[in-house]
Order: sequence, then C-alpha cells, then structure tokens
Amino acid sequence: MIVVEALVSLLLVFSGVVVFSSALGLWRLPDFFMRMHAPALLYTVGTWSVTLASILHFSFATGSLALHVWLIIVLLSITAPVTTVLLARAALFRGRQAGEALPEPLASSPAEGPVTGPASKQ
Amino acid sequence: MTLLSAAATLTLVLYALSAIVTLLRLFRGPRAQDRVVALDFIFMVAMLVLLVLAIRYDSAMYFEAALLMALFGFVSSAALAKFLLRGEVIE
Repeated sequence: MIVVEALVSLLLVFSGVVVFSSALGLWRLPDFFMRMHAPALLYTVGTWSVTLASILHFSFATGSLALHVWLIIVLLSITAPVTTVLLARAALFRGRQAGEALPEPLASSPAEGPVTGPASKQ
Repeated sequence: MTLLSAAATLTLVLYALSAIVTLLRLFRGPRAQDRVVALDFIFMVAMLVLLVLAIRYDSAMYFEAALLMALFGFVSSAALAKFLLRGEVIE
C-alpha cells in the first residue's frame, strides 16, 4: 500500500511542478503565438499525471478498477486542439486587422484567401 | 500528516502559485486573446484542483464537478474565440 501511496504522491507533485512551469511559460514568453504553446504542457502532461494518480488511488482504495477519470483525458484531448486552433485564427485575424507583424505563412501551405470578417461580410 | 496529504498540500500550493502567475497575465495581457488563453488556463487549473481534492478527501463526488469544469472551460473559450473572430457569438 505504501508503494501505491508514494507513486500517487510522486505523480501529484510532478503535475504540480509541470503546471507551475507551464504558468511561468505563459508569463515569460514574449509573443502571443509563443505563449500559446505553454498551456499545452498542462493539457497533456499535467492532466495525464493527475488522472493516472486518481486511477491508481481509487483502484487500490475500492479494490476495483476505477477508470471513469479517463473521461477527462478523452474530453480534453478532443477540446484542447479545437480551442487552440480557434484562438490562433482569432489572433491572426485581429493581428492582420491591426497591421501587426505576424508569423510568416508556411511555404508549402496553399495561398490564403481574402481576409474574411465582419468588415468584408456586408 | 500522511505522505499523501502532504503531497496533495504541496501540489495545491503549486497550483495556487501558477493560478496567481496566470492571473498576472490575465490582468497584463496586451491583447484580448492573451486574456482568453489565461482564462482557459485558470479553468484547467481549477479542474486539476478538484481532481487533487478528490484524492485528498477520498471522495468520488469531485469527479463530476471536474468534468463539468472541463466542459464549460471549452465552451467558454470557444465562444470567446468566436467572439474575437467575428464580433458576435451566434450569427
């Protein structure tokens, strides 16, 4: 039992360190498009280790496999990329409208169409 | 104080520190999209806090709250991104 407890504690503290470094990245990185990468650490490593700790703890506490916490990982792995893509497109659109310096488009990507938005919709 | 509760306390302290750092970004953030990212981050940290509390107090009731928090975090940041992109949420 003490081995399981130590493993759960290790996973919890590891996720705490990972989440803190992710927050430091969100604070210190200089650009929005760089800053967007920092929460990915929380979405993947932080959530995975807390979920594994929870599965271990409840499985050994109740004596049966407790996999329901897995739903959170499944939900996050579906929703996190969607949020990231939506925010990146919003940031590109707003940066283009404000005339800021934006990252170069990838060389192999197809040419972007005209800027769509509320101004060009009417 | 057992090993597990000490580890849970340490983890909660680390989460609180990261929420405070993110709150600074939320107030400072030069553009609106920075604030949306920070808000989404705080939502996820709160979800992790609920999961750690479930382990700390050995109760399965926190799981539903954590699931709802993940769901509402996604819905709110998707709606905010849509608002930043189009100027309105539902067209």
